[in-house]
Amino acid sequence: MKKISLLKMQERQKGKVAEILAGPGLTHRFMSMGIYKGREITKLSHFALRGPVAIKVGRSVLALGHGMAGKITVEVE
Amino acid sequence: MIKKIFLIGNPNVGKSVVFSRLTGVTVIASNYPGTTVEISKGYLTIGEERIEVVDLPGTYSLEPASKAEETAVSLLRELPKEESIVINILDATNLERNLFLTLQLIEEGFSIIACLNMCDDTTHRGIHIDTKKLEEFLQAPVIPTCAVTGVGIKLLIERLKDAHPVRMKKLSHEERWQEIGRIVEAVQQLTHRHHTFREILEDASVGPISGLLMAAGVIFTSFKIVRFLGELIIKKICDPFFYGFYQPLLDSLGSYWGGQGFWYHLLIGDLINGRIDFKQSMGVLTTAPYIEFAMVLPYLASFYLILSLLEDIGYLPRLAILLDNLLHRLGLHGFAIIPVLLGFGCNVPGILATRVLESRRERFIASTLISIGVPCVPLQAMIFGLLGKFSGFYVSGVYLVLFSIVMMLGLILNRALKGYSPEFLLEIPPYRFPPPLLLAKKLYFRIKGFLLEAVPVVLLGVLAINVLIYFKLFDFITSVFAPVVKGLFGLPKEAVASLVIGFLRKDVAVGLLMPLGLSAKQLFIAATLLAISFPCIATFVVLLKELGFKDLIKATLIMIVVTVIVGTLLNFVILR
Repeated sequence: MKKISLLKMQERQKGKVAEILAGPGLTHRFMSMGIYKGREITKLSHFALRGPVAIKVGRSVLALGHGMAGKITVEVE
Repeated sequence: MIKKIFLIGNPNVGKSVVFSRLTGVTVIASNYPGTTVEISKGYLTIGEERIEVVDLPGTYSLEPASKAEETAVSLLRELPKEESIVINILDATNLERNLFLTLQLIEEGFSIIACLNMCDDTTHRGIHIDTKKLEEFLQAPVIPTCAVTGVGIKLLIERLKDAHPVRMKKLSHEERWQEIGRIVEAVQQLTHRHHTFREILEDASVGPISGLLMAAGVIFTSFKIVRFLGELIIKKICDPFFYGFYQPLLDSLGSYWGGQGFWYHLLIGDLINGRIDFKQSMGVLTTAPYIEFAMVLPYLASFYLILSLLEDIGYLPRLAILLDNLLHRLGLHGFAIIPVLLGFGCNVPGILATRVLESRRERFIASTLISIGVPCVPLQAMIFGLLGKFSGFYVSGVYLVLFSIVMMLGLILNRALKGYSPEFLLEIPPYRFPPPLLLAKKLYFRIKGFLLEAVPVVLLGVLAINVLIYFKLFDFITSVFAPVVKGLFGLPKEAVASLVIGFLRKDVAVGLLMPLGLSAKQLFIAATLLAISFPCIATFVVLLKELGFKDLIKATLIMIVVTVIVGTLLNFVILR
């Protein structure tokens, strides 16, 4: 088990949200869309040149801007 | 005493479809989060009572994150809780995430009824939900529905009376997710199945390379289809009608007036080579209807058919991911592509759709770019009509110039304006396939909206132009602006009238250019300038409403500066 940034995850890799280093506003937005500490997520894709990241949370697919994705740390195998 | 029924739910769960079912009022529904940015109201009659139903923009929680969400939440809180019923619409295929808002509503003491929508979709996704058990957990009625086909709506109405406030203690966000975990564990059963073809396509469209390839294919095909269908309708329906049936009618009417006089000038216009020319005569009965019905409407119908299809399938948010990077440099994020695409139909809904963007700065940049650099269908149809007979280079040239303007202006605005461009956080919906009847309804609704808005303005516009020309009132305006138009843009002074009328409606303005006998290059400059200069009056009003007076002035100044610079540059580069 190690903790890495969501940006560093491989495509198709699964992990558990370990930490969200964002202000209360964004943390809350993440929270209301189902991204919170302990939640299992799968990374789907990552666009080059600081592009957005797509992840799967539960049954929804979410796209996050590059900066936002960098605020999420994930625990992976 | 119940005064209002609110429809609330996460974005893209089908609130607008349920709303249409309940009230009979048609509103635009699509498959992307944030379709509804305006509040729609309608009425539902139960027995003797007529209760107002309000369709709110989608929101993930009761703490709003965008202007549209803010409106939803503030409206909901406006009325005392005992005077309203809240129909909370949930996407049955994504129960877990949807319950967050549901629990918040219950905790706050709203009388809710849960409408478990898209139930038809759960079966082939291998989801089974025990609604009875869910009712026990929520202590509120739970009705499975499929709003697009109407299943469950009757039951939903019958059980409205069972909605009542429940005492539930307020939870922290973490506790709420734990509670949701417990509920979902108990009520939902998943059966494992293999990946369907649809899911493979869904995944491919969010991958960097496969996504780009798909997008290129989708955009290219859409453009081809719009053009092909538009031309087909013109060739097979519009032109035969106007030339075969309508023209002889006008000819006999014309000879009744003896081919001259005030009324003749007003209604028929000028003869070109001794005949009525629908494109150039400029009469209220000749050019006005021809422009709207035989040049603009065919393209508008085919454009909205394709756009509505892409909207309903759920493709547009995927485009947003692909373009996020590019749009970021312009101070926007990927989702701004949706207002831009709507703007290609008509700038008005495009600018309204910028409400889903989070910050004021973004909304300003997006609205300004749309009103300057995104040509609406009427304008595009006229550009095709005007420049299509010359080499294809001119038509694509206009698009190229507009695209460059948007890029450069966006880069500059992003640098010049205070603040930063926010990141996006967007839910990508699964592909869905709308029933054809619903698609047809939406298309009809959009075309009707266009006709009601455009036709009176065009008729009155052409009437006003003719009166002004007849009494030679344009001469004054022409002489004032002639130095700019002639000296800087290289256009004859008669083109002033067209640029001025462009403020009223773009399609009429382009029509005014036709009889001037301009060269291809001059037409190219004039068409480009019409596209970027003042938006039409309807767009102007929406800009004022959305941006406020101060920002409208700012946007207008930017517009004028861009017009003058681009006009002058084009003139010196290609004419001289």
